[in-house]
Amino acid sequence: MKINQLSVFLENKPGQLSEPCRALADAGVNILTLSLADTDQFGIMRLIIRDWEKAKDVLGKAGCVVKVTEVVAIEVEDHPGGLADVLEVIETGGINIEYMYAFTFRRKDKAVLVFRFEDPDAAVKLLQSKKISVIDSVELYDRAE
Amino acid sequence: MSPFVTDNRIWDPAESMSRDELAAVQLRRLKETVARTANVPFYKQAFAERDISPDSIKSLDDLHRLPITNKADLRDHYPLGFLAVGREQVARFHGSSGTTGKPTFVAYTKEDLETWSGLCARFLVAGGLRAEHTVHIAFGYGLFTGGFGLHYGVERVGAAVVPAASGNTHRQIMLIQDMKPDALVCTPSYALTIAEVARSVDVDPRGLSLKFAHFGGEPWTEDMRKQIESDLNLLAFNNYGLSEVIGPGVSGECAARCGMHIQEDHFIVECVNPETLEPVADGEQGELVFTSLTKQAMPIIRYRTRDIASLDHSPCPCGRTTARMSRVVGRTDDMLIIRGVNVFPSQIEEALLRVEGTAPHYLIEVERPGTLDEVTVHVEIRPEDFSDKMSQMQVLRERIGREIVSVAGIRADVKLVEPQTLERFMGKANRVVDHRREQGQI
Repeated sequence: MKINQLSVFLENKPGQLSEPCRALADAGVNILTLSLADTDQFGIMRLIIRDWEKAKDVLGKAGCVVKVTEVVAIEVEDHPGGLADVLEVIETGGINIEYMYAFTFRRKDKAVLVFRFEDPDAAVKLLQSKKISVIDSVELYDRAE
Repeated sequence: MSPFVTDNRIWDPAESMSRDELAAVQLRRLKETVARTANVPFYKQAFAERDISPDSIKSLDDLHRLPITNKADLRDHYPLGFLAVGREQVARFHGSSGTTGKPTFVAYTKEDLETWSGLCARFLVAGGLRAEHTVHIAFGYGLFTGGFGLHYGVERVGAAVVPAASGNTHRQIMLIQDMKPDALVCTPSYALTIAEVARSVDVDPRGLSLKFAHFGGEPWTEDMRKQIESDLNLLAFNNYGLSEVIGPGVSGECAARCGMHIQEDHFIVECVNPETLEPVADGEQGELVFTSLTKQAMPIIRYRTRDIASLDHSPCPCGRTTARMSRVVGRTDDMLIIRGVNVFPSQIEEALLRVEGTAPHYLIEVERPGTLDEVTVHVEIRPEDFSDKMSQMQVLRERIGREIVSVAGIRADVKLVEPQTLERFMGKANRVVDHRREQGQI
């Protein structure tokens, strides 16, 4: 039920974001969603890509530092309180969220969020026991394209 | 740890003579050196001013009456003003890389070359070399003394040389894979480059045939030794020398690896305070000053090396009786003064290596935007240290910063940069950009 996410180290200097994006584009790799975290010193770009193994190879050859981490995609009701309900389950379950970000696509009244948990397996188990919809990679990629 | 273990073989009995015997040899040879240099214009004048003649040297304490020789004196007498023999007696020239302009030339008679290869054989044997071994030498062959010095030292021992010379790391790795040498000779930073490049082409550097290595040519740290030994699965030995004194072979480590044995029957060493030139005690850091005792073509008296290290005269378990010198911790001219604190690039390197998972590729940038000095340390990040979590990356930066405070006593802004973006150096590492110098602030 986990999704592989790629993270790329970015130095804080002009052109640092476009270089990896251009490398992926040239290789015909489509980015499903991304999030950026940055400080005044450096940044981290996190990417969800269907063919992540190829993307990792492309980025590595382009000289990027790339790391693969497991994240969890969760379906959330797209109305006020939808996210709050999910977060409450996670918090009361004692699961730590490292960070989260959203997918740009949605279907009907559902949105999809990406969560990076300290312990993704425990998180998936908890969410499923509380009947919260965790989306596996096959379904996620189908929805996104 | 490397499976390679060395016994305590000593190449030359002179390495283990008693201290009294050694003092007698030194005094006799010091007199000979004063006699040999009496016609070198620089020394002739200095001896006249000080009323020095070979007969006036009664004890080793008289060394302190002899003049100091600086690098600038050699430069002032470029190219061969310090030659003490007729040009027809010179068998070879070498030169040290001048950072600006012309090199400093040194000369060797045939006898000097014999002496030199014997000195290299001493430390090579002390560090495990035996006649049945093959040695891969990745030092430059040319004016630089490293390549030829080690080359003839290895041959003197009876071992085989692969004179790979410097450059083209992929080719070096191929040669090591195919020729299966037992030992590697190069600069320590180049050994790290070899390991790094090997990994990048899916060659396991730990699986290479190398069992031991003799490193020299630039200052390095004990932590760097650990990293090289782990990266390449070998035992690393340190050696020291400089062309003005003879080249490599001035000192080198034995199997105990508790300092480098100085070949005191060929050189008198002093360790002095660089400002007052007063001797410092064993264990205290000071500038090394060497006097050659046997060199014919270009003897040198009380040469200020600008290398900072400490001496140790305590007995060594290996049986050699010679004094040992510590690693060179820095050079008087590399020393940065940051807000009044003396800082050596090697201290920054040590701090980086203390932080687990930081490769020693770095650049120190110093500037003075207002009235105070500011230091930025650029550090290349390795894939295994990279985390998708911002918090962990911040922790890494903070740990590096804390170690720099603890080792060097200064605060530095740590900037993480992408791998392979900082320049790699083949020879002496130059890892400092001091904008204060460009701005005329120092």
